[in-house]
Amino acid sequence: MFANRSPLRRGAVIGLAVTASLALAACGSSSSNSNPLSSGKAKGSVVIGSANFPENELLAEIYSLALTAKGVKVTDKFNIGSREIYYPEVKKGAVSIIPEYNGTLLTVEVDSSSTAATTAQVNAALNSGLPSTLEILNSSSAQDSDSVTVTQAFAKKYHLTSIAQLKPLASKMVFGGPPEFPTRSDGLKGLKKNYGLVFKGFDPLDESGPITLAALQDGKVQAADVFTTTPQIISDHLVSLADPKFNFAAQNVTPLVYKPAMTSTIINTLNAISAKLTTPELLAIDTQVIVDHQNYQTVATNWLKSAGLPY
Amino acid sequence: MSFVRFAWSWLTSAQQWHGPDSIPVRVAQHLGYAGLSLLVAAAIAVPLGILIGHTGRGRFFVLNLANVWRAIPTLGLLILMVVLLGFSALTWLIPLVVLAIPPILVNAFEGVAGVDPELKDAALGMGMTRWQMLRKVEVPLATPLIVLGLRTAAIFVVATATIAAEIALGGLGRYILDGLAANDYAEVAGGATVIVVLALAVQVIFVVLRRLIVPAGLRAQSRSSR
Repeated sequence: MFANRSPLRRGAVIGLAVTASLALAACGSSSSNSNPLSSGKAKGSVVIGSANFPENELLAEIYSLALTAKGVKVTDKFNIGSREIYYPEVKKGAVSIIPEYNGTLLTVEVDSSSTAATTAQVNAALNSGLPSTLEILNSSSAQDSDSVTVTQAFAKKYHLTSIAQLKPLASKMVFGGPPEFPTRSDGLKGLKKNYGLVFKGFDPLDESGPITLAALQDGKVQAADVFTTTPQIISDHLVSLADPKFNFAAQNVTPLVYKPAMTSTIINTLNAISAKLTTPELLAIDTQVIVDHQNYQTVATNWLKSAGLPY
Repeated sequence: MSFVRFAWSWLTSAQQWHGPDSIPVRVAQHLGYAGLSLLVAAAIAVPLGILIGHTGRGRFFVLNLANVWRAIPTLGLLILMVVLLGFSALTWLIPLVVLAIPPILVNAFEGVAGVDPELKDAALGMGMTRWQMLRKVEVPLATPLIVLGLRTAAIFVVATATIAAEIALGGLGRYILDGLAANDYAEVAGGATVIVVLALAVQVIFVVLRRLIVPAGLRAQSRSSR
């Protein structure tokens, strides 16, 4: 009886061995930059985090390479999760730098009733509202905003250019977005408050990833939350509708940092990156990673090189 | 301890037990996905395992393939299916069937291949055809292992049908994904608890099933061998 189970056992042992070796490999790579026994919170030594989608990881990679080139000790902690997960980590200093989007940071973590819409308004509200351990550095002009996006065919059929025009259609539409979209203040709640939209249903999908795009193409949802720098907006023939009432606030790429870990070198390096980054460039490097499947590090290095920054 | 407290407070709140997102609805969806995947996998893997065990042909190939096959990541396959097929029934069915096939196939094969050659000689000596021998001797003797394979596969699919939630199909994975996205650990803990209970219930069902379909003589034998 037990002898007959050996094929199952063997599978389990191999699986365990593979998992263990992967875990060891992961330990090896993360500790190569810094001695794990030394304090991670010393000045000039930082932990860079990222959210769980490619663009954010790419931005974190850019920060990481530039800071390493400037002699800062960097530990990478990419792909942590949604803002709800990583924000508390930054607040307590376990993560010292993360690429953020100023508008959502404001409405999700600082002031859910904020009406700030432009970059200047949003940043002013953040500067006065963030906890004393946190600050934002200079915003880049690059924006990756959430958007209500539909297929070109759907937009043509109903002559759509703006979210406001969805009002008579919403009751027959299913909306798709990440699982936290119904509870976010700029999610379904905001669309109802700003545009009076009440959808027939909501399908929880992913963060503007392959599942969301497939759901739009397939007609499983008629509109979805898609980031404006998603390359498939072009390749899949999608249309992001205008947002005249600023339901989604300005979303400039902005480093959120843990103040006690900052030095002038770190601040100057990150500000230099923000000064060079624009929305078309962000869309271009996103495309290289997401569509052309280039290595994050290669894309990040090439961009830093072309911008004349340290890499 | 906090896990238990989280799970308990979530499980006992009234809103989990009524309406379209309630636990009974999600359990029904979840069992639907798991049950159908198990049926399809069994329909493929049980006859195939018996055939290979009986003939001995393709033994090396199939067993090694089944072991390599286990390494296919179910979630990765699901995303691939979404990209290739969009949102059809096959999108979630294929990854779960792929997951369930190896344990069923390997156990059905081992069950039939492990039948004592002397018993087979005796069956042929009594004048049975090869088909009669398969039906009356080999398959009945293999049932304990076939049921074991089905049980293992059932646990796999019940635990893994959570991936249906990734593509907005509901099931119990919904609680885990929604809870994680909104930082609501009570929901995550409660949802995970329901899945564990469901997996245990499936174990019990298979223990009962084993009593019902494994021949009495074999049951006595396997008990004494423990």
